[in-house]
Amino acid sequence: MDAEAVLDVRDLRVGFGRGVDLVDGVSFSIAPREILGLVGESGSGKSLTSLAIMGLIPAPGRVGGQIGFRGTELLALSEAERRALRGRRIAMIFQDPMSALTPVYRIGWQIAEQIRAHLDLSRRPTETRVLDLLSAMGIADPRRVASAYPHQLSGGLRQRAMIAMALSCDPDLLIADEPTTALDVTVQAQILELILRLRDEFASAVLLITHDLGVVAQIADRVAVMYCGRIAERGPREAMFGAHARVHPYTAGLLGSIPRLHGPRVARLAAIPGSPPNAALRPPGCAFSPRCAHASARCDTPPPIVPLGDAHEIACILPAVAAEPDHV
Amino acid sequence: MAGAFLRRLGQTVFVLFGISVLVFAVFFATPGADPSARIAGRGASPETLAAVRHEYGFDRSMPVQYAMLMKKLFITRDLASFVDRGERVIPEVLHAAPVTMSLVGGAAVIWVFASVLMGTLAAATRGSLLDRVLMIAGLIGISLPVFWLGEVVNLFTQSRLHHSWAFSWVPGLGYVPFSTSPIGWFKALVLPWCTLAVLFVGIYGRVLRADLVATMQEDFIRTARAKGLSPARVLLRHGLRTSMVTFVSLFGLDFAQLVGGGALLTEVVFGLQGVGRLTYQALANLDLPLVMATVMYSAVFVVLANALVDILYAVLDPRVRDGR
Ligand SMILES: Nc1ncnc2c1ncn2[C@@H]1O[C@H](COP(=O)(O)OP(=O)(O)O)[C@@H](O)[C@H]1O
Ligand code: SF4
Ligand SMILES: [Mg+2]
Repeated sequence: MDAEAVLDVRDLRVGFGRGVDLVDGVSFSIAPREILGLVGESGSGKSLTSLAIMGLIPAPGRVGGQIGFRGTELLALSEAERRALRGRRIAMIFQDPMSALTPVYRIGWQIAEQIRAHLDLSRRPTETRVLDLLSAMGIADPRRVASAYPHQLSGGLRQRAMIAMALSCDPDLLIADEPTTALDVTVQAQILELILRLRDEFASAVLLITHDLGVVAQIADRVAVMYCGRIAERGPREAMFGAHARVHPYTAGLLGSIPRLHGPRVARLAAIPGSPPNAALRPPGCAFSPRCAHASARCDTPPPIVPLGDAHEIACILPAVAAEPDHV
Repeated sequence: MAGAFLRRLGQTVFVLFGISVLVFAVFFATPGADPSARIAGRGASPETLAAVRHEYGFDRSMPVQYAMLMKKLFITRDLASFVDRGERVIPEVLHAAPVTMSLVGGAAVIWVFASVLMGTLAAATRGSLLDRVLMIAGLIGISLPVFWLGEVVNLFTQSRLHHSWAFSWVPGLGYVPFSTSPIGWFKALVLPWCTLAVLFVGIYGRVLRADLVATMQEDFIRTARAKGLSPARVLLRHGLRTSMVTFVSLFGLDFAQLVGGGALLTEVVFGLQGVGRLTYQALANLDLPLVMATVMYSAVFVVLANALVDILYAVLDPRVRDGR
């Protein structure tokens, strides 16, 4: 176990009942203050991975492998011990801040509830802390927001309040599952900037989950690409987004589907052809082979994850392909 | 606030007017309902009949008759029964109301507590044996006819087992006013309370369980768990609290219709002279003044209860308060 890392996930497996492993041997680690972008299409198992780290996989789920958190093996802890960490040292925010806040309580109350659950603070200091947190989120009138109900706020303010709540007990790790997907574009950028800034102010590591490589390209230090419950590629951001980057064929497909900010515009956004990942229909070899333009008979056995460059690894039998594919 | 109050008042007047016109029209459209024949008595001479008709104003036009009836009911408050001559109807209703309110109020306390406990326990242990047992018990409660259940209760507590230690405390059937003896009041009502509550415990317990199970799938429950709250707190403060919104709206309507006379069967079985029984007698005797008085009384209650539900709704759900 990597004692340096905040989070060290090894060979994580998540499944339900007798079904196949929907998360199938995922490994990655996050260093202190690092932002790791976990990317992949919808259905690739990103949310399940994050819920497994939180210890919130619903019944009849099963979780295997290892989840090291600051040197402690989480899967060996009792439920009460995990609950003490949850919201205290590992916090999480979700996609839709409207449905993720209880509609009948005021924002301030909901933040204070989390503080009271973990810290021994009396009423006054708790209130002060709530207001301080809200201002730290760049909210101009924290009092109004604290006394508002969720439905009275805009999506952006709600997400800021969610982040304030998540950071209320100074967690070592913040998991953000699609934090900007439900927001409109300008607000998206503001929230991403906020996360970037908070990583320094609150000294939290961030696991940023998204289906949008564009988001990752903006703020992640390192990236892990997930496909169909497995890691396809992981490495530093520069290794994947650089001008001469060589990446996994799946990543190349994802890159082709984000609008280019620089250089010639692609004629159309190429969504990767074929059906999106579904673990139940996973072929025996490389999970991506049904959609991969480079697939060959050699892909019928699962490709091992191999180093490609500086801390850059891919799970592919090819030595990686050019980052900008010729699909124009 | 004042505007809302006035609007509500206007609605109430409108509803009362509509219902009273309807009752009045239906009464005079009912064959054999001619009140003068009943008042004059069997085999009265045509002259007597005509005199009665004139005395009571039955020879006037319908709108005038309606206006007279309403004036006597709401303004002079001396409306008298057509059947028991000279018997004023308003005191009769006022006499019956506390009986019904005692019965329904007590039953409501029982059914709210029991069904919240039942629904919450079942939802918390979803899929377990306890869950199944509770839900089947609820179904049985819903399907037991209250009349039959009351008779069975009486059979045991009034005759078969009345002399055993368990039921010797049960008083004879009938009502004891709270002001006469609080303990007597309680003893007289506790079995009717439970009997009336059984049906509603079944319904509310099952409804609450279903609602709570659905609520526990919501995103905000996942957030509450992610905050590190205890399972009990997640269930009660976030799940149950949100589910109470549905529960309360259901409760207001049932409570109102029971107070308005819907507890008739329970009142009859346990010999309680309540509003339900009074309404029933009025209808059986085709006694228009009493029918009108009891119907107006229930309508007022239904409207009041609706207003109360709306207020509670707004207290429980901030989205309603903001009109969203
Ligand atoms: N509670 C569950 N029971 C069964 N299958 C589930 C459950 N939650 C998610 N899945 C399945 O697991 C797969 C991965 O889901 P998820 O982790 O939500 O993907 P992502 O977040 O990457 O879009 C999906 O195919 C989804 O249908
Ligand atoms: S292993 Fe084969 S199918 Fe899989 S990504 Fe590489 S080339 Fe494509
Ligand atoms: Mg997801």
